[in-house]
Amino acid sequence: MIARLQQLWAFAGLIVISIAFVIATPMFGTYGNIVNILFSTVVIGLLALGTTFVIVTGGIDLSIGTGMALCAVMSGTFVVTWGLPWPVGVLLAVLFGGLIGLINGFSTARLGLPPFIATLATMLVAQGLALVVSESTPIYFNDAPGYLLLSTGTIIPEFPNAVLVLIAATAVAAVLLRKSVLGRYAFAMGSNEEATALSGIDVTRWKIAVYTLAGLFTGLAGVMISARLGSAQPATGAGYELQAIAAVVIGGTSLSGGKGSIVGTVIGALIISVLNNGLQLLSIPQEWQNVILGIVILIAVYADMARRRTAVL
Amino acid sequence: MTSLLEADGVSKGFPGVQALSDMHLELRHNEVLALVGENGAGKSTLMKLLTGALAPDAGHFRLDGEALDPHRSRDISIIHQEFNLMPDLTVAQNVYIGREPRTLGMFVNERRLNERTGQLLDRLGLPLDPRALVKDLTVARQQMVEIAKALSHDARVLIMDEPTAALNDAEVEVLHGLIRRFTGPDSGVIYISHRMEELKRVSDRITVIRDGRFVGTVATAEAELPQIISMMVGRELNTGATPVNVREDRPPVLRIDHLSTKSLLRDISFEVREGEILGVAGLMGAGRTELARAIVGADPVSAGTISVRGRTVRIKNPARAAALRIGYLSEDRKQFGLLLDQSVAANIAISALGQKLSRAGFVDDTKVRITAEDAVRTLKIKTPGVRQEARYLSGGNQQKVVVARWLAKECDLLIVDEPTRGIDVGAKEEIYQLLNDLAAQGRSIVMISSELPEILRMAHRVLVMSGGRLRGELSAAEATQERIMHLATSGATG
Ligand SMILES: Nc1ncnc2c1ncn2[C@@H]1O[C@H](COP(=O)(O)OP(=O)(O)OP(=O)(O)O)[C@@H](O)[C@H]1O
Ligand SMILES: [Mg+2]
Repeated sequence: MIARLQQLWAFAGLIVISIAFVIATPMFGTYGNIVNILFSTVVIGLLALGTTFVIVTGGIDLSIGTGMALCAVMSGTFVVTWGLPWPVGVLLAVLFGGLIGLINGFSTARLGLPPFIATLATMLVAQGLALVVSESTPIYFNDAPGYLLLSTGTIIPEFPNAVLVLIAATAVAAVLLRKSVLGRYAFAMGSNEEATALSGIDVTRWKIAVYTLAGLFTGLAGVMISARLGSAQPATGAGYELQAIAAVVIGGTSLSGGKGSIVGTVIGALIISVLNNGLQLLSIPQEWQNVILGIVILIAVYADMARRRTAVL
Repeated sequence: MTSLLEADGVSKGFPGVQALSDMHLELRHNEVLALVGENGAGKSTLMKLLTGALAPDAGHFRLDGEALDPHRSRDISIIHQEFNLMPDLTVAQNVYIGREPRTLGMFVNERRLNERTGQLLDRLGLPLDPRALVKDLTVARQQMVEIAKALSHDARVLIMDEPTAALNDAEVEVLHGLIRRFTGPDSGVIYISHRMEELKRVSDRITVIRDGRFVGTVATAEAELPQIISMMVGRELNTGATPVNVREDRPPVLRIDHLSTKSLLRDISFEVREGEILGVAGLMGAGRTELARAIVGADPVSAGTISVRGRTVRIKNPARAAALRIGYLSEDRKQFGLLLDQSVAANIAISALGQKLSRAGFVDDTKVRITAEDAVRTLKIKTPGVRQEARYLSGGNQQKVVVARWLAKECDLLIVDEPTRGIDVGAKEEIYQLLNDLAAQGRSIVMISSELPEILRMAHRVLVMSGGRLRGELSAAEATQERIMHLATSGATG
């Protein structure tokens, strides 16, 4: 019930911010701009979805940003360099993301490294490998028009496919987190890992599964970002992880684990996009956009903690 | 004469629960007042109001006849039901936290701190090392740290919220000695316990609370236990369930051969038969919890074999144990049992989730709800609903939740470590009955308990441990309090 309330807060925040922008600039509320906002939410949204699972277990995944870049490069390698049919390339790129997640899961759950350190290492490795594999040059998907349509194509008129992908991924993530055994174990591990283990749950295995799942979302994000740009950019990616984590936290998922929701995460991601978009329309410089985003995170997390403090006694 | 401490017209409500209504309590000088009531009756809540940890909705408090602001007063010291220790600090650092002796006003003087704590512990007769880390201590020893901390304050009113739930008889004796020394013309003790036999020994008067209301106060010398119990539960209670007989020819479910661990256990061998309740007795530090944890793979085994239904197995973690249909209920519900910020339903369902409460990896929430609601009904778990977060339940009700978890999961062998810790008399009977039912169905129970009456009443066979070794085995007919204690105190390290 309290989690719902938090979502309401975040949702109310989203509405308030949107209304403020509608008043400030008539451009904001147009259909075109709203689609624009949704479109720009796709990549952060996908990363945030996956990482919600990790954060619910009380972990953190810093490798999703550069991991995404590496997956984009791998996708380019599969489709462009190797000339595989693009759907196969997409599948392999997503699975490659899963592999990155599997490694993260192995280091944290099996080797017992703190997730922060394990995924920091992966983040660096992925950053380097993306440059190595691509020889530091972007890979262009010019010869794979189907691949590009994945993002900018419109099955529904004037509604980019990328947004449909995000919606579908959100639905899958929500069902997995709320209804699957994996989701329940994620919450349990985040609440009290030792107690979960003593309840007869194989926490090592399930934690690996959680990180692997997050990796699959990273892979999909890699595909979607390269499809949108028309190229795999090996040097991008760093910084996305923090935006994704911000989205998750704004959405009311607790960094200490055991609490969280997919709806919240999506709202969090939308708040970030709306802010970026609205502030851009108002011609506020990029550097100030970051300042404002930082303040919003501060407020969101403070509100979360304040409600916890009152609820403890 | 005015009383030492008085509470009147006290009410306190939480969302969905009226914990206290117009409650009354009077503690006299030089008195030990026992406060008894069922789980969730409001005992701990009242104590939190007395110490200012919570604010009352209504009511007033008087100390020596003068209005008392619990929030300010230093005259009341409490040992909470749930520990408030910092696991990564030493005993001394915990006892004097916030009041450390300083050098130059800035630096903690560790040497003086340890000295001072050592003196306190000696004075109290507690066998603790001031430098030991709290996280390395057993529950019983952590309890002692709490006691030392509370007594270091020189308060006039000492509140003990189930101080003996984790202690065995010898340790309880030490505690009662401390209480007698503490009470004087200027001080008094409020003592909360579910161990009814204790009340006679330690208290002068008994106040009964039911559903947050004052029921009555009686002088202990004139009170009879059944009378107290019926005041508590509002009805007569049948305390007669005895174990069914187990047939000797039943096959063993679990067999342990020459089991040792690096830390404590040495060469332990025994078996558990189908349909048997095997009691495991011993003093604190005897290695009972270590034995349970080694069996289910929570701690590594250094030598020996474990066989389940005649097959030698290697149990590398509790999940493997669960796959072999062996479950373990920890003695420490807060650290190793509860998922505090998850719902009662989630807490009850967690173990059985992968077994019968899900299909193809997806949770059947209807089944989860039904299972949880069943457990709430059978164990009389006091909660506004199964969606309530576990942290908001009273201590005893939290214990019932973790017990319910293992009843929901169908195990062939259940190892229960202090299963009735903090549970009221009525609910204890329910749990005994449920354990007996399981045994009658051919399931096996290993029951670790520091409460000898419980072991004597429930077990078909009793193993006694001390110093990490098995010191003897007694059949139900042979087992008596004296014989068990004799074995438990035998052995060099005993
Ligand atoms: N912070 C809280 N929020 C909601 N309900 C609470 C809270 N604290 C206590 N309660 C409820 O108030 C009632 C009284 O709880 P309390 O802890 O005082 O019981 P108790 O008599 O100490 O029981 P026990 O013997 O199990 O320790 C219980 O129903 C409990 O669930
Ligand atoms: Mg209590």
